Amino acid sequence: MSDAQFEIQLIACLVAVACAIPGTFLVLRKMAMISDAISHSILPGIVVGFFLTQDLNSPLLILLAAITGVLTVVFVEKIQQTKLVKEDTAIGLVFPALFSIGVILIAKFANDVHLDVDAVLLGELAFTPFDRVYYGEVDLGPKSLWVIGSILLVTLILLFAFFKELKLSTFDAGLATSLGFSPVILHYGLMSVASITTVGAFDAVGAILVVALMIAPAASAYLLTTNLKKMIGLACFFGVLSAISGYWIANFLDASIAGSITTMLGIVFLIIYLFAPSKGLIAVLYREKQQRIEVSLITFLLHLKNHTEKRERHVNHLNEHINWQKVRSKTVLTLALKNNMILITDNIVSLTKKGEEFTSKAIEYILTNEDSLIENMKDDFFLFRG
Amino acid sequence: MEKIAVKVDDLTVAYNYKPVLWDIDLQIPEGVLMAIVGPNGAGKSTLIKAILGILKPIAGSVTIFDKPYKSQRKHVAYVPQKGSVDWDFPTTALDVVMMGTYGGLGWIKRPGIKQKKSALEALEKVGMLSFKSRQISQLSGGQQQRIFLARALVQDASIYFMDEPFQGVDATTEVAIINILKELRKAGKTVVVVHHDLQTVPEYFDWVTFLNVKKIATGAVKDIFNDDNLTKTYGINYKVSIQK
Ligand SMILES: Nc1ncnc2c1ncn2[C@@H]1O[C@H](COP(=O)(O)OP(=O)(O)OP(=O)(O)O)[C@@H](O)[C@H]1O
Ligand SMILES: [Mg+2]
Repeated sequence: MSDAQFEIQLIACLVAVACAIPGTFLVLRKMAMISDAISHSILPGIVVGFFLTQDLNSPLLILLAAITGVLTVVFVEKIQQTKLVKEDTAIGLVFPALFSIGVILIAKFANDVHLDVDAVLLGELAFTPFDRVYYGEVDLGPKSLWVIGSILLVTLILLFAFFKELKLSTFDAGLATSLGFSPVILHYGLMSVASITTVGAFDAVGAILVVALMIAPAASAYLLTTNLKKMIGLACFFGVLSAISGYWIANFLDASIAGSITTMLGIVFLIIYLFAPSKGLIAVLYREKQQRIEVSLITFLLHLKNHTEKRERHVNHLNEHINWQKVRSKTVLTLALKNNMILITDNIVSLTKKGEEFTSKAIEYILTNEDSLIENMKDDFFLFRG
Repeated sequence: MEKIAVKVDDLTVAYNYKPVLWDIDLQIPEGVLMAIVGPNGAGKSTLIKAILGILKPIAGSVTIFDKPYKSQRKHVAYVPQKGSVDWDFPTTALDVVMMGTYGGLGWIKRPGIKQKKSALEALEKVGMLSFKSRQISQLSGGQQQRIFLARALVQDASIYFMDEPFQGVDATTEVAIINILKELRKAGKTVVVVHHDLQTVPEYFDWVTFLNVKKIATGAVKDIFNDDNLTKTYGINYKVSIQK
């Protein structure tokens, strides 16, 4: 691995972590769309900043563009407050307007300079090692590394300082206000960090990858954990994982690095979306199936309790009586047997003591309309589930 | 005369220029357990939010023990309506209760052992200690309500505002909650509760405010909880059998 290769990966990883942190809070605040809006509407800020500074990495440019990002949020909220349109519509109105102003500015005034729409949207990671910082004769490394490194450092400091405030105002803005932690300040603080990160990263990775790095790792992490700190950690991990694997895939296929990283982010999310242990699609479908079987089981036990006649409790007659398909009754019978709820003697089914107990309790809960308690009871009674 | 805990003067609150609370004057004496009753949309939640500074009134003022709310934050605890937060948020019951200690900590400072200890005590008080590590979406509605109550308890305030703490809880939980509220009153605290079940008002509360955009009446339950005020508030001919 050459120095340049190492530097590219390091920059990509730092961008990934710098994006994952504000991204986690954006996802939890259901504001994923806003990062998309910011990433596009910073364009006019970048253009104006570029006219003034002639340097894509200048702090003034970053500041100007970040202000455009925050302004986007303000515009979206103002339009929303009129109650004439919903939030997504407001976003859809604001960012194309700002973005097109940027495009027009570039087309009219910046034809001859190094600044075009493609570069802003897609960036070029591969070129980042060539634009370096020198102190006298000493090579201090790529410029992007310094820009992103500083932004990440500030983000981390803010995260550690205001973790509790961010958590509280994201979860319960009302309580935050009444305790004196202004959610407005925290909201705009978060928006500023998201904007600055977007601006700082666009030169290296492009605006589109920034959005993907903010949202996809956080959305993946959300499916895996019920702890905010772990969610942030996992989001950073998935971002870094996609950055490094994306880099090598691009290297191997001779494709765009930003494109490969975005693809990897999508693949990681898809895998987690399908296979996450409790919130994943497969787990949810499995749980639904299991619940269907358990409802059948309770119905079946209630039937047994209600009918003492042998005729009603003969194995072969169960199908007709409760009107189930063969497979279903078989699954239910096996499950009841495994859990020691029933006995079968001479093909006649009867409840065991445990089965009696369970059924009486279930009836009581159903009668008193406390169905939710049946779920708790199931945990106590079912050793083997569906 | 006893001290006034909360004083509301000429309070008017509007959403988008449509007033939902009109010229409210209200004095809540210290040490009462007060119900706010009124139909859906009467502005009960809005009144509490305006008192707590969550909403900005277009006119009027609020004082807590004769001082503006801002300087009295530490004396006030708040239990919002349950539907106002996202219960899928990645956090545990204990963590939510700990949030009640944040006000005392102020900006930047993190909760430590002391805060954790008082959170655990509050959880125990509401009978939720064994659920402390549960993710909050895996709690039943009544359990979530208890968590909110515990969070208010750790604030260790002098005045408690609770928006429908009995919403969606079973009879056992309701009794458990009301006992805790009565204990708070015994300890000299002032408790203000938005309440929907008119039948239980005389049994649970000693003070009541009738609200429907305007304040209809406020005072001791035994003096003013009658069919006349109920009819004025709810608009229809209201009859409750009040067990005295
Ligand atoms: N964010 C809002 N924007 C606009 N109008 C609102 C908003 N919140 C409440 N309202 C309106 O203000 C009025 C009072 O609402 P509020 O929530 O205070 O009523 P409430 O008495 O608490 O009702 P409920 O018993 O249903 O909780 C209602 O007409 C409601 O539609
Ligand atoms: Mg309400």
